[in-house]
Amino acid sequence: MSLKNILENWSHYRRAHEEGGHHEYEHMWGMAIDLNKCTGCNACSVACYAENNLPTVGKDRMRKGQGLHWLRMERYWDEPDLGGDDKEYQERGGSFLPMMCQHCNAATCEPVCPVAATYHTPDGLNAQVYNRCIGSRYCSNNCPYRLRYFNFYSYYEESWPEPLNMQLNPDLSVRDKGVMEKCTFCIQRIRTGKDAAQREGREVKDGDVVTACAQTCPTEAIVFGDLLDKDAQVTKLWKAQEVELGRAKQDKSDGELRGYRVLEGLNTDPCVMYMDRVREA
Amino acid sequence: MQTKDINENIAWAKINEDVLRSMENPRMGYWVALAACVAMIMCAVLAEIYQYQVGMGPSGLNWPHMWDLYIATFVFWIGMSHSGTLLSAILHIIQADWRKPIYRFAEAMTLFSLMTAGLFPIIHLGRVWNMYWVLPYVSDRGIWPNFRSPLVWDAFAITTYMTSSALFLFIGMIPDLAICRDNARGWRQKLYTVLSLGWQGDDRQWRHFRRIYLMMACFLIPLAVSVHSIVSADFAMSIMPGWHVTTFPPYFVAGALYSGCAAIITLFILLRYFFRFDEYMTIPIMEKTCKLTFAIAMVWTYLNLIEFAATWYGHDPVAKELLIQKFIGPHAPFFWTMLFCGSVLPFTLAFEKLRRHMPTMFVVSLFLNLGMWLERWMIVTPTLSFSHQPFAWDIMWPSMVQWAIVFGSFGWFGMLFLIFVKVFPSVSMYEVKEMVFHRRHYHSDELESKFHRRAGDRQSDADPSREGA
Repeated sequence: MSLKNILENWSHYRRAHEEGGHHEYEHMWGMAIDLNKCTGCNACSVACYAENNLPTVGKDRMRKGQGLHWLRMERYWDEPDLGGDDKEYQERGGSFLPMMCQHCNAATCEPVCPVAATYHTPDGLNAQVYNRCIGSRYCSNNCPYRLRYFNFYSYYEESWPEPLNMQLNPDLSVRDKGVMEKCTFCIQRIRTGKDAAQREGREVKDGDVVTACAQTCPTEAIVFGDLLDKDAQVTKLWKAQEVELGRAKQDKSDGELRGYRVLEGLNTDPCVMYMDRVREA
Repeated sequence: MQTKDINENIAWAKINEDVLRSMENPRMGYWVALAACVAMIMCAVLAEIYQYQVGMGPSGLNWPHMWDLYIATFVFWIGMSHSGTLLSAILHIIQADWRKPIYRFAEAMTLFSLMTAGLFPIIHLGRVWNMYWVLPYVSDRGIWPNFRSPLVWDAFAITTYMTSSALFLFIGMIPDLAICRDNARGWRQKLYTVLSLGWQGDDRQWRHFRRIYLMMACFLIPLAVSVHSIVSADFAMSIMPGWHVTTFPPYFVAGALYSGCAAIITLFILLRYFFRFDEYMTIPIMEKTCKLTFAIAMVWTYLNLIEFAATWYGHDPVAKELLIQKFIGPHAPFFWTMLFCGSVLPFTLAFEKLRRHMPTMFVVSLFLNLGMWLERWMIVTPTLSFSHQPFAWDIMWPSMVQWAIVFGSFGWFGMLFLIFVKVFPSVSMYEVKEMVFHRRHYHSDELESKFHRRAGDRQSDADPSREGA
């Protein structure tokens, strides 16, 4: 039966394989993160845990590096002298870099997955299909940002003992052991936003979809939106910073512009733009 | 000093007798060794059951170390499998006759190390029960594996190589199986009757046999090279520093032949000692194997050096940082041990005195393979520890679960090999007969005094080594 299906539709299957990926995107979800505004409060990370059913793994496993934190706050001591000897103001020399999956358009994780569990959606998202994942972990190894996390254990019972399981977000699954996972740009919210727009018979407009981290950020450092939407705030920010998709080297008219994408030189073409922190001299 | 590979005056009947004797009456030591191997396997089985139940957590893997000993040991065993092809196929088509007494067990080693290697990609999967998704089976949903992924290439390459080398081992054994059939009773006779495929040794059969054997040899050589190139593609096709290296395919193939040759030396000495194969696995053959190993060791060393140089002068800051970390970072003790075992220790093979001293060679060959195992580990792990994102820098030590499975893999290999040597002839009888064949027509005392030399005899006059060729 299935062989018959394959033989009859061979040209279809063949074409699908040759033209892998997407060439015309419906959306291109992206972010702009202003590091000047980021205070490193970790609210985004907490919101992500709550929204995406991320398990809390406990101190020991976290220390072992087996935690799952789709959005992690990286702290760098880029100007260690600023804090001086003053214990109270040590953190003045630190800066913060909230890192979530960069949803690269030339994602290095996608071609290496043996079962094509990770792929690019017409929304410009780098999607992870939990059901298809066999846990070879090659994608995480090949992610230069190290933004993919693996379910080393089954956390369901430990992380959400009764009645905490009632707080789980019903819009997405709880992943079991042996599956890779990562930031989805709150794909369930994107879905909801698109459905609502469709019901009202209109296009998705800026502000329809807000990710949990962007919604929670107290200083509004994170801006989320559709980069194909000319009127979206995120598009305007990208334009103002002269950062463009599909360009590895950003030639800027003004050297003072702060926009950059992490590890741009690797030509992964990420969809998250950061605006550098400027310090008072 | 030039000596004959083997004493050309061994009678054919004695060859049969010696080899068949080796397959009979396992002594106490054999059973103890077999039991030890099974015990080792049990360690691995227990560890795997635990890991299967709980998840990959107990293996000590973490973010960012998603791969560690499993993949390193996988590459190690794949590498080990290249020796058999080298000895039986490459040396066959260049007509290096000294391979004849030792190629059979090398080929068995190829097959068994592939069977060991094939387990690791399965063990390391997070969801083992779905492993068949890597294979392109026909599905109504039209879902295929991702043909761009080197892991899928691995699956193809390894299964092809395993099938072909099993066939090659079997085909090359048919005339010997017929000898076994004619001398066996009971279950052995039934087994060999089936396996020898009605071999009578007539002219037509030999002609077909020769043709198919040569064909398989020619098919296997490019296959073996491609298999380890594809395994190296797991790393070379990635974007990570220390993995994304252009020289990886030849580097991996050289490393594979290297560890394979070292393992041949180990097993050579063991078989020679335990089965008293002194007349077949002779010192001159040992010397040739050692010379070959030394040459490959130097190729490997050279490829290592150009990799370092290319990274150093390439000025890719991430790759350079990683290289510095390898030399002076937390992995440095292993890295230097690897360089010592892989590049310095093989110089013992360059000295004739040492080459001819079996205990020394036994220890050296074990250390060469330790170096090659460390090499694989030092390819996999430091890259994961120190890659592009400094926030993700980390150091890990593999847990007991990983060590147990790696340990058990040696038991698995040992068990398969122990069973092989008692069920199948580990020296190719018919090909050793070819080596002594020429002498059987020259039976004059004068010639005998001139040409008859035992292995290891000192040469008295003109070079007789090519006589009768």
